[in-house]
Amino acid sequence: MAGQGEERGEEKKKFSIWDLPDVPAGQLPPHLELQRTRVLCNKDAPIHTESVLYSGAYASMGVDNSLRLDHFCHNFRVEVVRLTEEDMEFDMIGIDAAIANAFRRILIAELPTMAIEKVLIANNTSVVQDEVLAHRLGLIPISVDPRLFEYMSENDQPNEKNTIVFKLHVHCKRGSPRITVKSDELKWLPNGSELIKESRNVASDSASKPETYTSFSCSQDTLPEFANNPIAPKYPDIIISKLGPGQEIELEAHAVKGMGKTHAKWSPVATAWYRMLPEVVLLEEVEDDLAEGLKSKCPVNVFDIEDLGKGKKRATVARPRACTLCRECIRDEEWEKRVAIHRVKDHFIFTIESTGALPPEVLFTEAVKILEDKCERVITELS
Amino acid sequence: MEHGSFTDNSAATFSLTEEDHTLANAVRFTLNQDPRVTFCGYSIPHPSNARVNIRVQTTGDPAREVLKDACQDLMLMCRHVRSGFDKAVEDFKASNAVKAMKIDSQDSDSEESE
Repeated sequence: MAGQGEERGEEKKKFSIWDLPDVPAGQLPPHLELQRTRVLCNKDAPIHTESVLYSGAYASMGVDNSLRLDHFCHNFRVEVVRLTEEDMEFDMIGIDAAIANAFRRILIAELPTMAIEKVLIANNTSVVQDEVLAHRLGLIPISVDPRLFEYMSENDQPNEKNTIVFKLHVHCKRGSPRITVKSDELKWLPNGSELIKESRNVASDSASKPETYTSFSCSQDTLPEFANNPIAPKYPDIIISKLGPGQEIELEAHAVKGMGKTHAKWSPVATAWYRMLPEVVLLEEVEDDLAEGLKSKCPVNVFDIEDLGKGKKRATVARPRACTLCRECIRDEEWEKRVAIHRVKDHFIFTIESTGALPPEVLFTEAVKILEDKCERVITELS
Repeated sequence: MEHGSFTDNSAATFSLTEEDHTLANAVRFTLNQDPRVTFCGYSIPHPSNARVNIRVQTTGDPAREVLKDACQDLMLMCRHVRSGFDKAVEDFKASNAVKAMKIDSQDSDSEESE
C-alpha cells in the first residue's frame, strides 16, 4: 500500500522505483517512525514534542495507532537503577508522558502525610514569634505511616485515630549559655493532650477527668505499630529555634493527615521529577582531530575515542544517558550535520526523593493506586 | 455531569468536579487512542475551581460508554504499571542482596587468607 503512493509521485524522476527499499506493511517508514517516537532537539528549539495520539493518524498508510492494551502490557518495562531508603531512580519504558506526569503530580500533591497543623502555645518568650514558630513546626517531617490514620474534618473530635500529639518544653536558665532547640526536643504524647481546657461548666463533677484538647479513648502506644517504635520527627537535628538565657518555649503540637494540595508541608516527597532518555546519534563518521574536539566539548563526557589502529581514531557515544542537553556539541557551525540529539518519547527516567514518612517505592505504588481510585470514581459517577 | 443532546448521545461534555490536569490529561490520552473517537479534549474553565470539562465526540457509540471504556483502560494500565514496578523493585532488592552477600564472602575470604 505504501509502495503505490510512492510510485505515482516518483514516476517523473529518472530512477527505477524498484530501487526504493521495501516498507514492510503494517510499519511506518523510518522517517515517520522517528517523528513519532523521538523529540529532535535542534540547536534552536526541540521539534516533534507532541505525542501522536490520534488512533487514525496513520490510517492512510495502513498503520493502526490505537492503544491496544496487550501491546502496552507486552512492551512496558520498569528498571530500577538506584534504590535507597530516601530516594530512588528508575526507568519506565513504554508509557506516555500524560500518565508519567499524572504520577508525578500525584506524588507531589495527592499522597497524604501527617504534619503538625494546630499548635497550642502555653508560653513563648523566645525571639521567634508564635506564628513563625508554628509555621516551622508544620514543616518538620514526621516519621510515621500515614495510612494508619484517618482524615480529620472540622466537625470531628481529635482522637487517637486522627491526631498525633507532640510536646515541646525547653527552658534556657539564667546564667547558662544560649541553646538551640532542635527537633529531637519534640516529645510524643501517646496519651493525648495534656493541656486542660478551661470549662465554664460549674456543674461538672470534680471527680471526672479534666477535659483536654483531644479525646483519646485509648493510648496510642497500645497499638501494635507504635508499641516499640515511638513516633518522632524523621530528622532529629532540624533547628526549630534558638533561646537565650531566661527564655522559654512551652507548647503542644497536634499533627493531622493532609495532602500536598492543601499545603506543601503535607507533601511526602522532597521532590519527584522525570526526564526523557536522551539519545545521541552520530550522523557521519567523526574521525581523528574532529573526534578529539568532540570529546573535549562535552561537559559530561558522553563521547569516547575508539582507536581504529594505524593512528586513526573515531568518536563513539559511550554514555548517552548522562547527556544534559546543553547542545555544546551542535553549537558550532558544521556540527549539526554530524551529531543529532534526540529524546526517546516513551522512556522516562523517574527520580523520587522521599522526606522520610514512607520509602520511595511505597510512595510510587500508592500514587498509582490513587490514580486507579480516581478512574473508579469517574466510572461510578458515569454509571 | 453530562451535558449533551438528548437525541444524539454520540457527543457530550462531561463536567467532573474535584479533578484537575492529573486525571484529565491521562483520560484524554486513552480516549484519543480509541478508534471510535473523532474528537476529544479537556478544558479547565477556571483554575480556582476544581472542575474539568471533558468533551468526547464519537463515530456513533454513546459518548458515556466510550468514556467509561477509556477509564477502564486507564485502570488496567495502572494495574499493569503497579505489578511491573513491584516486580522490578523485588528483583532489584534480590540482586542487591546477592551482591552484598558476595562482597561479604569476598571480604571474609580475604580476611581469612591474611
